[in-house]
Amino acid sequence: MNAGRPSGLRLPWWWIAGATLLLLVTVIAGAMIGPASISPWGIISSTLSRIPFLNVESSLDTRADDIVWQIRMPRVVLGVLVGSMLSVAGSAYQGVFRNPLADPYLLGAGAGAGLGATLAIAYGPDASGWFIDPLPLAAFIGAIVGVALAYVLGYTVRSGRTAVTLILAGVAVAAFLTALQTFLQQRESDTLREVYGWILGSLTTAGWSEVRLVLPYVVGCSVVLVAFRRLLDVMSVGDSEASTLGLHPSRIRLLLIGFATLGTAAVVAVSGLIGFVGIIVPHTVRLMTSASYRVIVPLSLLIGGSFLVLADIVARTVQSPTEIPIGVVTALVGAPFFAVVLRRSKGIVS
Amino acid sequence: MTDVSVSSVGVSYGRTEILSQVSLSVGDGRWMGIIGPNGAGKSTLLRAIVGSVPYRGSITLGDIEIGSEDAKSMGRRIAYVPQRPVYPPGMSVFDFVLLGRTPHLGLLAAEREEDIAIVWDSLQSLSISGFAERDVASLSGGETQRVSLARVLAQQAPVVVLDEATASLDVAAQHEVLELIAQIQHEQGVTIVSAIHDLTAAAQFCDELTLLDRGQVVAMGNPEGVLDEAILASVFEPTIRVIEIEGSRVVVSLRSQGSSHGK
Repeated sequence: MNAGRPSGLRLPWWWIAGATLLLLVTVIAGAMIGPASISPWGIISSTLSRIPFLNVESSLDTRADDIVWQIRMPRVVLGVLVGSMLSVAGSAYQGVFRNPLADPYLLGAGAGAGLGATLAIAYGPDASGWFIDPLPLAAFIGAIVGVALAYVLGYTVRSGRTAVTLILAGVAVAAFLTALQTFLQQRESDTLREVYGWILGSLTTAGWSEVRLVLPYVVGCSVVLVAFRRLLDVMSVGDSEASTLGLHPSRIRLLLIGFATLGTAAVVAVSGLIGFVGIIVPHTVRLMTSASYRVIVPLSLLIGGSFLVLADIVARTVQSPTEIPIGVVTALVGAPFFAVVLRRSKGIVS
Repeated sequence: MTDVSVSSVGVSYGRTEILSQVSLSVGDGRWMGIIGPNGAGKSTLLRAIVGSVPYRGSITLGDIEIGSEDAKSMGRRIAYVPQRPVYPPGMSVFDFVLLGRTPHLGLLAAEREEDIAIVWDSLQSLSISGFAERDVASLSGGETQRVSLARVLAQQAPVVVLDEATASLDVAAQHEVLELIAQIQHEQGVTIVSAIHDLTAAAQFCDELTLLDRGQVVAMGNPEGVLDEAILASVFEPTIRVIEIEGSRVVVSLRSQGSSHGK
């Protein structure tokens, strides 16, 4: 009598395989495309030649090899890390807030990072000889402080610590920090261009040092968020039912917001405020595969990386040799997509 | 042995007292119906029993005080269907019923083959295995109640708390759902506490009734004793009548002639 019984398999292997393949293809494309064109085999052979004991010889000359490994690869890898982190954090935010329109900047991480970066750019000392660049550090701290403020404000609301009070607290904190940031930005108008460029987001400054800086955060936070994916499905019935099913919704929410924010703060510190990725990637996954977070969270991680590398290819090639800020590209693709999602998600917003 | 014992329980929201000095006990495997007018505190009492609202006094399941154990252990002891359950759009019926296994799983563990089998059995015993893959948010009222009951079955808790399981159902669907609850009660031997609006249905299905009014217990005992015309008239409206058809009590409200309705 087991006819029609679902297998319990939520995430078929071919979805993972497909998303991984897409990621590999976009990484190769990202390393190939640029003013000096390099063949796909050149990228692959050069990559394999760096793996010990394989004895594959790179088909690239030294100059091409340098272009790939000193300029393009760090940028592509950083794009993967930033895109993956923002997407997986977005999916977690959407899950804990039971709101498909939530994104990683919802609780003030974006506004806080923006204020931190503006302070560093406008008032920071000349840090050219410093061991640590104060700009990413200020953005990182700003993002964490923004979310912490929202959480504390939401926590102290007397009528209860619900997802809605937390979102409202986040809206208040984000508005306040953005207003402060805009005020400083207008006052210190000589740094306006630099601040504005940072806010739009960019992978231009990417090097291996940035990759090394964010890699542990992205890996650590992603592992936690992916591990909690089943509980996000339980959370989708609301706090009161989830607690009678044996969970502590507010503890889980705090934990997931904490890790999503930590990862977001780390990538924002090196890439600026790249928008829309955290909303549209989980949404694409949701629309194309399943509404279960057991599917959405891991696939967002894989597809988010591909999406941002593709957006970066567009950003640096369309107007070459000048670049369009990557945040403009993700928003240009994101805004129309968002409109479609809004039309389709009627009734899903709870 | 899982009997439910509520003694001298009070619940306040801010300064408003919702329940005061409520005491009742439900024997192991019995079905207690909580009846009373809107706003009497029925839902609040049930929410106190499942540990969702803070209360004064004592509520025990067997010999365990509510709130003395962590949420997960409580989830294995007591299953709850609220008045308006959340059916997340896009979630399949199977996945929804699988949520009932949450208190039996490690925090980050995936479901086991055993859990899948339990969910499947629950779906089959409520005759809804045919739409296991359907979107839970797209079902009709009667179907969603079955799905909620299937989740309760999958949770395998000895105490089941149901808040208006049959509200908004037509007469036939209401009867069907109540029969299913009775079936669960007898087959699984669970203790049931349910708020119920329809007094006639309460008379037919519940073993015992507690009548609440303005946060206090007005009457308690077997349906014959509680569904007394004089008692009900004092709580609901003077024109209420209790008649007996084939040994079962039927409660009706007559329209008072020549005057507007009033309590």
